[in-house]
Amino acid sequence: MTHTYSADEMMTVAAARQLHNSQLCLVGIGLPSTAANLARATHAPDVVLIYESGTLGAKPDRLPLSIGDGVLADNADTVVSVPEVFNYWLQPGRIDVGFLSAAQIDRYANINTTVIGNDYRHPTVRLPGAGGAPEIAASSKEVVVVVRQTQRTFVERVDFVTSVGFGHGRGDRERLGLSGAGPRVVITDLGVLEPHAQTCELTLVSLHPGVTLEQARAGTGWPLAVSERLDTTEPPSEFELGVLRRLEATKGARCE
Amino acid sequence: MVHSADIWSAYVAEIVSLTEGVAAIVHDGDTIAMEGFTHLIPFAAGHEVILHGRRALILVRMTPDLIYDQLIGMGCAAKLVFSWGGNPGVGSLHRFRDAIANGWPGPLELEEHSHAGMANRYLAGASGLPFAVLRGYGGTDLPAHTDTIKPIECPFTGEVLTAVPALVPDATIIHAQRADRAGNVQMWGIVGVQKEALLAAKQSLVTVEEIVDSLDPKPHDVILPTYATNYVALVPGGSHPSYAQGYTFRDNGFYQEWDVISRDRDTFRAWMATNVLNKVSAV
Repeated sequence: MTHTYSADEMMTVAAARQLHNSQLCLVGIGLPSTAANLARATHAPDVVLIYESGTLGAKPDRLPLSIGDGVLADNADTVVSVPEVFNYWLQPGRIDVGFLSAAQIDRYANINTTVIGNDYRHPTVRLPGAGGAPEIAASSKEVVVVVRQTQRTFVERVDFVTSVGFGHGRGDRERLGLSGAGPRVVITDLGVLEPHAQTCELTLVSLHPGVTLEQARAGTGWPLAVSERLDTTEPPSEFELGVLRRLEATKGARCE
Repeated sequence: MVHSADIWSAYVAEIVSLTEGVAAIVHDGDTIAMEGFTHLIPFAAGHEVILHGRRALILVRMTPDLIYDQLIGMGCAAKLVFSWGGNPGVGSLHRFRDAIANGWPGPLELEEHSHAGMANRYLAGASGLPFAVLRGYGGTDLPAHTDTIKPIECPFTGEVLTAVPALVPDATIIHAQRADRAGNVQMWGIVGVQKEALLAAKQSLVTVEEIVDSLDPKPHDVILPTYATNYVALVPGGSHPSYAQGYTFRDNGFYQEWDVISRDRDTFRAWMATNVLNKVSAV
């Protein structure tokens, strides 16, 4: 394989590989949406893409620009109201995979999309807020997170817990009554992290080709745990890259 | 919170001009919901509220975007009740941020929820219940900052759930594809939380792309019978730069431009003066 690809392309391809046929996937916008659509266009044509705007079984022929893009309603299995998405589909545990991104993520995979800075009333940066994420993180059977790995995003403890990963560690999800299993994997532009089986601390299990352990440590705001067996991620195939690039070229294309 | 009389006193929606509709149902200090989930956002009605110079509004919306940024920047809002405030596909809302960070043009109180919480608050309002129950917010920092999120014990199982109070806006305004001459409203495509927001409100206005003789069925359509709505106004293109499926395209370029226009207070005010305050209404 001599073709070249960017770190973001590696991240998106690695994230897409986490989805499988026939899974019901609740898709966040941005990186998760690109990855979910790549999965559907490659190895998982029967993955069921659900967007919180109410489109169940969306089959976009180009990348949606937002979760309310009209292309998501065209040819969807059905279009339901927003309360129905959360109450009938997410809350009872019908969603297999919640696919999320983050502005900050911490050691125990808690997610912040609300404020940067420790004073909620006077934040350093005001972010858009929760959207559907708190309940997606709580009630999906499992969660896949896609986020770029830097000192700014990978922080020891998030400034604001918008969506719970594992709280302060093992057992917290159960104590909080969260029905889903929580984050199963975190895919970044540097590698792949999984919660440790005992402690739930995010642990590096794979580095993308060409990325060093030092780079991953430098992109992490806490002493990064590394798996005894550290894999190298399979690079994107020409097929995966070709489909991804064709999809990216359609982003925001005019729709009715 | 009894408001059924307000709804049922209007058995038939009155077809009015946009100006008349907004004047009838939006007053200073009111709680106003203008809903729309990327699709069918009632921009023209929001501009009309700005033109009427309304102040101290409590603005409610799951996904406040550009039109709420404009209302906030023009000093119409005292408070925002919301769950996601951003420019979809682009980034941040700069007027919203400026109001929070610097109190410009005035202080903006926040009441922040999740989508599930907001959707259920409208559902409770539409159902005539004082609150809604959901599995939500568990372990998050939202309840520490939002006093309309409280734990509640299930009387049957003892499970601790979350309660959020009903939203009962003084008025809800939405945009739909079309209505017939009797005031029955039809919308299709992504319909968001608009039906719940409309039925939760004491009064309502629906702006439409077209008024037709009869409403033939459309895939996944939602019908709001004439007795669900107080006022219907014909406003073609009334959701621009959002879109009305089957009628108009989303102006994605404008969402990008807004990032530049709204960054600076003077640029923002100049744009509003040219494009909203001094624009002669076509309706």
